Amino acid sequence: MIPRHLIFGTAAMLVIALAAGMYAWHLRRQIAHQQIQTDVSHPASPAPQGPMEQVTLWVAEDDPGTLRARAATIPMPSGRQERAEELMRALLNVYTQESSPHPIVPTAEVRTVFLVDPGLAVIDLNRAFAEGHRSGILVEELTIASMVQTITANIPGTTRVKFLIDGKSQPTLAGHADLSITYDVSAIQQLASVLQNTP
Amino acid sequence: MHWSRYRLRLCVCICLVISAPISGSSGPKQLTIFSDAASFSLPVREQGGREYVDLMEILRRFGRTDTRSDHDRWRVTLNNLTVEFKNGKTRFKVGKSDADLSAPFYLENGMGYVTVDSLTTLLPLFLQTQVTLHQNSRRLFVGNPAVHFTAQTSGTALVLNFSSAVNPSISTEPGKLRMSFSREPLVAPGTERLSFDSKVIPSAVYSEENGTAAITVNGSAPLFARFSNDGRTINISPAPQGAAQAASTPTINQGNAPAAPPQAPAPASSPIPFVPVFAVIDPAHGGDDQGEQLSPQLAEKDVTLAIATRIRQELQARGMTAVLLRSSDITLAADQRASAANRSQATVYIAVHAVSLGSGVRVYTSLLPASGDSRGPFLDWQTAQSGYRTFSQAAAESVAAEVSRRQMKSRTLVAPLQPLNNLEMASVAVELAPRSTIADLNSPNYQQTLAESVAAGLAAAHDRLRKP
Ligand SMILES: [Zn+2]
Repeated sequence: MIPRHLIFGTAAMLVIALAAGMYAWHLRRQIAHQQIQTDVSHPASPAPQGPMEQVTLWVAEDDPGTLRARAATIPMPSGRQERAEELMRALLNVYTQESSPHPIVPTAEVRTVFLVDPGLAVIDLNRAFAEGHRSGILVEELTIASMVQTITANIPGTTRVKFLIDGKSQPTLAGHADLSITYDVSAIQQLASVLQNTP
Repeated sequence: MHWSRYRLRLCVCICLVISAPISGSSGPKQLTIFSDAASFSLPVREQGGREYVDLMEILRRFGRTDTRSDHDRWRVTLNNLTVEFKNGKTRFKVGKSDADLSAPFYLENGMGYVTVDSLTTLLPLFLQTQVTLHQNSRRLFVGNPAVHFTAQTSGTALVLNFSSAVNPSISTEPGKLRMSFSREPLVAPGTERLSFDSKVIPSAVYSEENGTAAITVNGSAPLFARFSNDGRTINISPAPQGAAQAASTPTINQGNAPAAPPQAPAPASSPIPFVPVFAVIDPAHGGDDQGEQLSPQLAEKDVTLAIATRIRQELQARGMTAVLLRSSDITLAADQRASAANRSQATVYIAVHAVSLGSGVRVYTSLLPASGDSRGPFLDWQTAQSGYRTFSQAAAESVAAEVSRRQMKSRTLVAPLQPLNNLEMASVAVELAPRSTIADLNSPNYQQTLAESVAAGLAAAHDRLRKP
């Protein structure tokens, strides 16, 4: 026969251990969440300088609705995350120019690119990017495919890409392209190979 | 799930009876052709005050058909017989001899058109059988297909017996119940107006119009139809008191929309057969969601509704059941669209978008998300489409082929477009761009050509969209 006080004691310790475990788990989640919030809640700092490097930009062309790889030479910092941000800014530069092959409003910005291992890139765009984006299945899909392809061509190991608008997940970019999902890089690569063909 | 499907079946059955006001055979002009093998309808075009039809669209139903066009000459071969036509001419060549049509043949976008009454000259040549045309109602009988019926009262009911199974669509208005037979080669009884010795149902009238035969039953009370004897008997009687009201929220609409309030109640246990839906058509956007502002006066949501409505008419003219997810300017979330489409158990889902960028038609199937993106119960929802991609691709390719056949640009792609990933059926989205200017998207002719190509593509893929 086990003494009663021993049963109560063991039960109480079990409850405390369980509660402590849950609290620790909750804290870890909260910290992780706060880190992401901090990282995406303000625009990225001005572009860090780095040596000039040749990169591949996947550029959308509305006429005739294709995606083309273009070589570009841009200053590239050493950090992976900063490199990803630089690539997105270089791509956006092409789109916000006057003679853009795929016009995007000049106020559009990439706030930050957040790399999460293993293989996830989170691209946070500002609200003007989405609000000023033209609406349509192809025109929105060209933007998504061009950004995903540019990241994966230059940042090895990227397997998934998620888009946020002002730090938050949105249903669509401008009424069509689904931003609620995480993009599978291999699916976008297949799409890009089709989009390279002139219709 | 089973419960929901059952409820939707019930909704569809009840809707068939109670939600469609009597409207006659409205919609675009069509010709219906009845033969022993099959019955089908096709659109009729007006040209120079005459009614024309696409000859190839008819002949291909009767066997392997081959066509060749060379400048203004168009040659078609079926059953080892080759006939050559010349654009704008009545004279045509059959083998080595010449003959005349009642009106000139014409060629447009590689397709040959003849007048409806010319078919009584041409079809016997190809098919070696007699052809009878009911000219005013545009019903054409190849061979001797016929469904006869008798009508007699039994108590307060009217009992209609048919020589073979029928599946009419039924509409009501106070004091009238109309059965429209678009697929059955129903023929008139001895007299078109039938009188009965009954105060409840004093008479019924047989009529034919726009490819369809109809029996309109006149009653002094709301009427209700029951099928029995494997679809060979229809029993019409006053609607029971206190019967179930219309289904609470049928988002799907089969009539000319928006769904009318219930006219005559039908009991929930009504034995009316479930009518399988072939296509569920989703006019994208609507309500607060304008879609693309195509021009200052033209919103995408209005163009999608107009074209989706035409696609439904074109599918119905081809003998396919088609429903719209919205028939008015209402806001529907992507999840609502997916749920309603899945509940319909349709063979194919088609979303209709319109756009200013580019030209022609782009046809999309789903781009599935990264695996592991969803958790728990949402995993299936995000990848519901994965088992249906082969069927979706078959639908997309068939639609693109029909678009190209009409000399318009077409392209098939995948797209991350809601709600394609959430659908448990062959699913495609079409993005309809102008021919040359934005105004094209608002032009009835262009809308009709787009609708015809989409409907023809879906109809042609009919047998490849589900597991046998
Ligand atoms: Zn759209």
